[in-house]
Amino acid sequence: MTFFNTARKILQQNIREYGMYIALFVIMIIFTITTGGTFISSRNIVNLVNQTGYIAVLAIGMTLVIIIRHIDLSVGFLAGFLGAIAAIAMADPKVVQAGMSLPVYIVIPLTLVLGIIAGLLTAFLVAQMKIPSFVASLAGWLIYRGAILVVTESTGTIIINDDAFNAIGNGFVPDIPDIGILPGIHKLTLILGIVAIVVMILSEFNDRRKKQTYNFEVLPTEIFILKIVFTSAIIGGITWVLSGYQGLSWTAVIVLFVTIVYNFIMSQTVLGRHIYAIGGNPDAAELSGISVKKLIYVVFGSMGMLSALSGILFASRLQSATTTAGTLFELDAIAAAYVGGVSAAGGVGKVVGSIIGALVMTSLTSGMNLMGIGISYQYMVRGAVLAAAVIFDVATRNTGK
Amino acid sequence: MNAPILEMKNITKEFPGVKALSDVSFTVSTGEIHCLVGENGAGKSTLMKVLSGVYPHGDYTGDILLNGEIQRFRNINDSENAGIAIIYQELALVPEMTVFENIFLGHELKNNFIVDWNETIKQAGELLKKVKLDINPAIKVKDLGVGTQQLVEIAKALSKDVKLLILDEPTSSLNEQDSENLLQLLRDLKEHGVTSIMISHKLKEVIAIADSITVLRDGQTICTLRAHEGKISENVLIKHMVGREINNIYPPKKHAPTQEVILEVKNWSARNPALGRDILKDVNFKLNKGEIIGLAGLIGSGRTELALSIFGNPDNYQVSGDLYLNGKKRNFKHPKEAITAGMSYVSEDRKGDGLILIQDVKQNISLANLKELAERGGVVNSNAEIKVANQYKSELNIKTPTVEQIVSNLSGGNQQKVCLGKWLFVKPNVLILDEPTRGIDVGAKFEIYTIMTELVRQGMSIIMISSELPEVLGMSDRIYIVASGRIAGELSAQEATQEKIMHLATN
Repeated sequence: MTFFNTARKILQQNIREYGMYIALFVIMIIFTITTGGTFISSRNIVNLVNQTGYIAVLAIGMTLVIIIRHIDLSVGFLAGFLGAIAAIAMADPKVVQAGMSLPVYIVIPLTLVLGIIAGLLTAFLVAQMKIPSFVASLAGWLIYRGAILVVTESTGTIIINDDAFNAIGNGFVPDIPDIGILPGIHKLTLILGIVAIVVMILSEFNDRRKKQTYNFEVLPTEIFILKIVFTSAIIGGITWVLSGYQGLSWTAVIVLFVTIVYNFIMSQTVLGRHIYAIGGNPDAAELSGISVKKLIYVVFGSMGMLSALSGILFASRLQSATTTAGTLFELDAIAAAYVGGVSAAGGVGKVVGSIIGALVMTSLTSGMNLMGIGISYQYMVRGAVLAAAVIFDVATRNTGK
Repeated sequence: MNAPILEMKNITKEFPGVKALSDVSFTVSTGEIHCLVGENGAGKSTLMKVLSGVYPHGDYTGDILLNGEIQRFRNINDSENAGIAIIYQELALVPEMTVFENIFLGHELKNNFIVDWNETIKQAGELLKKVKLDINPAIKVKDLGVGTQQLVEIAKALSKDVKLLILDEPTSSLNEQDSENLLQLLRDLKEHGVTSIMISHKLKEVIAIADSITVLRDGQTICTLRAHEGKISENVLIKHMVGREINNIYPPKKHAPTQEVILEVKNWSARNPALGRDILKDVNFKLNKGEIIGLAGLIGSGRTELALSIFGNPDNYQVSGDLYLNGKKRNFKHPKEAITAGMSYVSEDRKGDGLILIQDVKQNISLANLKELAERGGVVNSNAEIKVANQYKSELNIKTPTVEQIVSNLSGGNQQKVCLGKWLFVKPNVLILDEPTRGIDVGAKFEIYTIMTELVRQGMSIIMISSELPEVLGMSDRIYIVASGRIAGELSAQEATQEKIMHLATN
């Protein structure tokens, strides 16, 4: 009995954190049942991840922006604009004719740098000119929207025919050579999944041992083992589903990489702590020797870079740059962050939460599409889920005190 | 003695894991000024929240009787309708609105759905006269001082035809003059039949004004003392509050400060560009190693501004003058540089700019010196962080179950100790304490004084800004009196008296 009691206690104490995972899980189960299994098929899950990608990277950046009590509305059209710039640099007929087109390995870093510059411009308005970020980024929203139209005016949609670039949004990590076992299974993905499980287990044990050398309280052994088994099962399950199709898509790799890097920065480093601190109380942070101005540049700069990445992912997925690319991306990213537990009051929120939030929102779209539910109702359902997620968050925050 | 206006009988209120009030009974007679005293966490504020309907009927057990009738308040509106008005420590006025708009906010004078502004202004003027406030009711609240705002709050309460006025720490942010005005006003209101309940930590004030004093400790009523039954002494009150006798709450000084100057400020002037006026003029002072200097003065005299302008100038004043730390001329452009050079500043407003309330104890303690906990690549060693936090928890006797507790859940005194821990972890040579004991109870005050004495014994130097004269006199080796942005005088501990300080401060 004590085992279940401890388990229940731990679950209750962390209900806010686990709530999102449970919600995602429930949504997936429901859609799996209502679509007769199609939803959970490898092909659909891979599609889902690829569809989430360009919103997910925006949601990560937006998480940081909202944590420091700001907002950035310009990211959608900035992504669209930079996607168009990348397309023009690689594939615009006139550029190609003039022999000025750039190879993909130059275009991508260049686009990311342009994104950082755009983010720093917003930061300049916010930190130096003291303009509210809502207004500053609304100005950006209008400007970048106009800019997309300017650069695509003459050509309309720009078709990209660079295979390497298009693989980012559509391609898969190649498999190791066939060695005759497990036919039809993407073996590299399987190996990576196993490596991930091993790394996770080792780091958990390492963490536990370190805590014990400090004589700190650790989870009871049986709960600890349960946690490891459970996490392994989830990683294993996802790996199995993905390896049943074509394995890891490049988009998934990129999103995973960005998530791991940002999660590490936010949870483990001084920089992350400082970002949470200025969100929690900017005056106290400033007096504690943290330069709030400097961090506004860092956070908006990172947001700009991720907008560029989002633009690249989207253009690559469509294999073209369009005049409407980026429309409403910013609101999808903001919604994902809120669903993922970021607090509008600042100082609270996790990168991984926002990724889950983005997955919840895309799962809803994907599941309802499979069920043949009309777009009008899809919007309403997603709106209701957003409201419900925030209600849950606020309610559990109050009882947590 | 008059009939009771209020009887609270056997009130018990529990929070998860804590019994905040246990079987408290509390009776207030009509027309008296009744003071409620007790250490922080004794249950005073909780009791008043029960009374005003913040905790609705059913959330607690026991009965509230107003004029002999049982009341079941569901919310603050109910208690206001019954004639109870509560004025909190943190004022509840809208800064951007005018005085008359604020006074009638929520119960506007209406004429068929349309606000009757002329009548509002007229009545606001009359109410202001009642609270002896000679200001234009059309002025915005943000342009008033804290003391004046407090009076506007009372005018607002009077506009609702209040029978029972509750004031939670009304004088904690007022200077002596404003405090005296406020107390006089309470006496006048008493003449007009208003009963008041006042929560206060300032025992001198309490003794001066109270007809009755009820002492709470650990959620229980300890006793009710009545002024007409004989003079109540501070020592008796303190004894009841803490359950022990403190004869002298200022620890004896065991050391003599050195003559080695650690910090010196010369011809220091500052201008606040936002306000467009000079806030400091030609300030000169010095601090010796192992010394506590007191900066006394009225609120608004420029003491906090002086501290901030030295400590990296976060508010971007235009500063001129010279600052020498350890004999070296310094020019700090950001608090970060001041911290690196060995300075700490514990701010006067711990909730406003001291703590990150939504974060836990350890995160607050480590905040100003995370780099010491960082390994290569800027990764914070979270285990070392817990260790450091636990060390300050035990050294400063911070009462919290774990260092993972969110600081907004701690009492004021413990929050102040977290602030102190954060700034000690910086390992400073010069510690600036701005109102270090504001709004905290006697027991915690004594602990903070003891810590200060120990720190200077170890060679730290302390600048203490305080509006409590007994504290300035009890703790300082030397006292500078600040008035209108200048140093109006310097007194040694031996020659200083409350009268001399007040004389200089008001000159």
